[in-house]
Parts: sequence; structure tokens; C-alpha cells
Amino acid sequence: MPFPGAKRWLLLGIALAILASYFTPHCNRYYLGVAIDVGIAIILATSLNLINGHTGQFSLGHAGFMAVGGFFSAWISLNVGEAVNAFWYFPLSLIAGGLLAAAVGLFVGVPSLRLRGDYLAIVTLGFGEIIRVIAQNTEAIGAASGLKGIPKLTNLGWTFGFAAITIYAITALVNSTYGRGFIAVHDDEIAAESNGVDTTRTKVTAFITGAFFAGIAGGLYAHHKQFLSPTGFDWLKSVDIVVMVILGGMGRTVGVIAAAILLTLMPEFLREFSQYRMILYALLIILLMLLRPGGLFTINLKRRKKA
Amino acid sequence: MDWLQQIINGLGLGAIYALIALGYTMVYGVLRFINFAHSDVLMLGAFTAFYVSPEIEKLMGSQSVFGCIMVFVVAAAVCACIGMLIERLAYRPLRNRPKLTVLITAIGVSLLIEFTAQNENVLGASPRPFPQLLPEHTIHLGRLVVSSNDILTVVVTVILLIGMWFIVQKTRVGTAMRAVSYNQQAASLMGVPVNRIISFTFGLGSALAAIAGILYAIKAPGIEPLMGVQPGLRAFVAAVLGGIGNLPGAVLGGVILGLLETIAGGIPGLSNYRDAIAFGILIIILLVKPAGLLGRSSVEKV
Repeated sequence: MPFPGAKRWLLLGIALAILASYFTPHCNRYYLGVAIDVGIAIILATSLNLINGHTGQFSLGHAGFMAVGGFFSAWISLNVGEAVNAFWYFPLSLIAGGLLAAAVGLFVGVPSLRLRGDYLAIVTLGFGEIIRVIAQNTEAIGAASGLKGIPKLTNLGWTFGFAAITIYAITALVNSTYGRGFIAVHDDEIAAESNGVDTTRTKVTAFITGAFFAGIAGGLYAHHKQFLSPTGFDWLKSVDIVVMVILGGMGRTVGVIAAAILLTLMPEFLREFSQYRMILYALLIILLMLLRPGGLFTINLKRRKKA
Repeated sequence: MDWLQQIINGLGLGAIYALIALGYTMVYGVLRFINFAHSDVLMLGAFTAFYVSPEIEKLMGSQSVFGCIMVFVVAAAVCACIGMLIERLAYRPLRNRPKLTVLITAIGVSLLIEFTAQNENVLGASPRPFPQLLPEHTIHLGRLVVSSNDILTVVVTVILLIGMWFIVQKTRVGTAMRAVSYNQQAASLMGVPVNRIISFTFGLGSALAAIAGILYAIKAPGIEPLMGVQPGLRAFVAAVLGGIGNLPGAVLGGVILGLLETIAGGIPGLSNYRDAIAFGILIIILLVKPAGLLGRSSVEKV
């Protein structure tokens, strides 16, 4: 997907986010919270889009990466946080969480080399569950009762700043010469391999990059909600993110961002229908697959042929 | 810690996993995809039995052997219809689409059944006690305790495994199933009604799920709309462990998984990680022997 003038968009996005965060104390706290939710959803959906959409490796464990980043950065905040300079340590703790999630992504990416389609989906689901079980049994991060009292450091500036960086980094990566390999792997792995694409490395890169940004989103989420519970990162959370990617059209950045915004705002407006939300999601998945496999917002009818 | 007792308990659990795994394996053998909705058909089977058994008790008297068999048959028939309906509506239109599309649809179907069932106007999320279909006895063999339900589970599994093996290997339908599994296009050219065979396989697999669901419900404290998820995932691991598409492999995998899980549950440090064991095994088996214990590895042709 071409993305003209991406650098300008990046700078504009960050500038707008920083500008907006200066006005936030005057805003309604509820709207502010929803806006931050939207930003986090954008990061999650864009990063999963790299794995599921561009590279075509169906992963159901994104919430697991998010949990790793969230718990690690929250742990840093609670244990190291107060001793250091308050401004810079927050992004650094986010990046630390992202790096740990990326390390876990490397760990998940390695079995993915040998697996395809349904196997990979189950294995990633399994990894997500294993991460949740480990979190539930680790005393340092509060075990089953979760982490409480995480300082509220997430604001609009950081959220949308990181969202802009995520979108920029992933589109730039996919559009680079190297990144064409992702799409080649998605279209036909065997053909890609015989044309000299290192499919193994490409898939692992996709997992690591996706996991890194999911970890950052997890850190933002932790410092936004101020409370983390392992059960909040079960596989239904992964499904939430997967629905965003499918709805937006796998591998279509703009569509996925639009879907992330839509699916985060929709439950806020439809509070009274909350018990029907997941039924609606499930129907959406089935109907989209039957009728519009390219995503809801795809206008061009020239569908990419899938292998 | 009595190891023999743990092994007996593990066999009872493993037999249920084996039954569910049989259903996964049969559908995978024919269509080459994982029917994610299998675990929800299992739940629907248990709920069918829940609603049907009081009616049958009125007719047959409570806890009679014949009544119990009737409950199994009715639940299996209802679930077979549900399974065929799912295949007809959701999977058949996608027959020639990329595998990923079918996989996502299967996840969608699974979520749809789960959340529709959880809605308070349909079944509701709160667990309900499952009626006792047969009087439960416990048999004491020295220090060992064997429940009659465990014996029932093992016996039913063995009978159904033999039945499935007979259908697949010795009947006309089974021959057609194997032909479709081997090469769908060639089979249809030879006059095999591919759609009917796939439909039949789904029906058979779903009937197995229903029976497994009832057996699971008898052991479990109560039934609720998400009861199928955990045993379903573990049975899937069992099917992969034994070699997916392979009937004896599914049973072997189920029994191994049931044993490992019960034994791990008895070890103090490990018991908290029980949920993670199945997935740990899955990851190891896929890394070491992706074709499974009894499966043959195949080379993908271009």
C-alpha cells in the first residue's frame, strides 16, 4: 500500500499529538480516556496487521505480547520509577516493555517458521495462554490479583506519538525493498523462497516488529488504566484486535486504522447493546469472509490474488 | 501420591479428549482444516442432553440404561444436524477460497455459537448442574478407587473408535471419505458425491462431539456455554500429538494428554501450570515431529 509523504504525516501526527496533550487538562476526562483507547487500538491493530495482513501469518496471540510489554513496563514504573527523572523514564520503560515483548516474539516466531495457517493460529493462541498462565503465577507482578496503583503517565501526546511512529515504521518497513519480502511471503511462500527471499528471516522480523509495538501498546495501556490483570489478556482480547485487522482488510493500513477507531468507539456509543457486541463481531467475521474478504473499506475491486 | 490412582483418573480424562480428538481428526482428514466450532458443538451436545433427559426420564423412568442410551442418541442426532448445517452455511461457500479465509470463518462460527449461547435470552452464562443419567458407583480395588463413570467413558470411547475405524475402512462411505481425503478433484471425477461425503463427515464428527460433551458434562461440576473451549483445545493438541488425520493417533494422543495432565496436577509445583501443559506439548511436538506420533510426514508439492 503506497503511503505518499509518510514522513510529513509522521511529523504532523506527533506535532498534533503533543499540541493536543497541552490542552488535555481542560477536556472531559471521559472523552480523553476514549481517545487514548483509540490510540492504543491503532497501535495494536497496525502492528498485528504487519503479522496477519502483510505477511499472512495468522496470529491469535497478540494480547500475549501486549501483556508482556504492559506488565514489564508497569513493573519498572512501580519498582524503579520514582527514583529517576520523571519525563524520560516513561518512554524508556515503554521501550523496555516493547523490547521484552520483541524477545518473546522471537521465541514465538521460531516455531512459526515450520507452521502454516491453522497450526500457527493454534500455536500463537497457545503462547498467549502460556504467557497468561505465567503472569498468573508470578509473584513479582502480582500473580492472579494483578498489578495495582500503576502511575498514570499515559497522555494523548505519548499515545498518538507512538501511534504515529508505529504507523510510520510499519508502512516504511513494508514499502522498503526489504519489506517487499513480507508481501511476497504473504502471496506465495514457495515462489518467494525461490526468488531469493529469506522467508524464515522475513517471518521472524514480522513477529518481532509486531510484538515490539504490541508491547509498547501494552505499556501505554498499563499506565492508562492503572491496573493490570492477567485475565484481561486472554485470547478474546486477541480476537478483538484480529477483528480490527479483518474488518479493515488484511494488509491495508488505512482500512485497519479506520477499523480500529470504529471498533473502539462503537462500544462506547452502544453501551446498552454491550451483551450483543461479541455476537455482532462474530457475525461480522463470518459475513466479511463470505462476502468481502478484502475488508469493509476496500474500494478497489482489483483484489490481490492469494495463494 | 498414588501413581496408579492418578493413571486411572488420567485414563478417564484421556478417553474424553480422545473422543473429541476423533472428531477433529475426521474433519481434518477430509477437508484439511481445523473445525474451530467443534468444541462448541460439544457444548451444544451437553445442553441438548440437559434439556432432553428430563423428558426421556418421564418416558423411561429415571436413570435407566435404555434412557441413558436414548439421551446419547438424541444428542448425537441433534449435533449431527447442527454440524451439517454449519458446514452447509459457513464452510461450503468457501470451499475454493484460501485456507486462511476458511480458518477465520471457523473462528467466527465458534465465537458466534459461544456468545449467542452466553446471551441471557438464550442459555445464559451461569453454570447449571448436569442431571445424573446413570447411578454412579465407585469400585474399590484395594487402595484404588474407580468410578463407574470413568469405566463408562473408556468403554464408550473404545466402542466408538472401533465403530469409526469400521466405517472408514470397511464401508462404501468410508472408501469415499478416504478418496475425498486423498484427492478431492479426482474423487469427484470418479463419481464420488464430494459434498455429500463432506457433509456426512461433519455429521459424524459432530455426533462424536455430542457424545464426548455428555461424558464430559457427567464429570464436570456443571455445564455452561464456554465448557467446550478448554477440552476442545486440549483435544486439538491430542489430535496433533497423535498425528492429525489419523484415527488411532487421535486416541493415543488423547490418552497421553489426559495422563500427563492428571499426573502434573498431582505435583505441587506444577499444578498451577496445568493449563499451559497442553500447549507446551503442542509446541514441542510441532518442533520435533510435526507429523505427530503416528502420522506420516508428507512433502509439499508445488
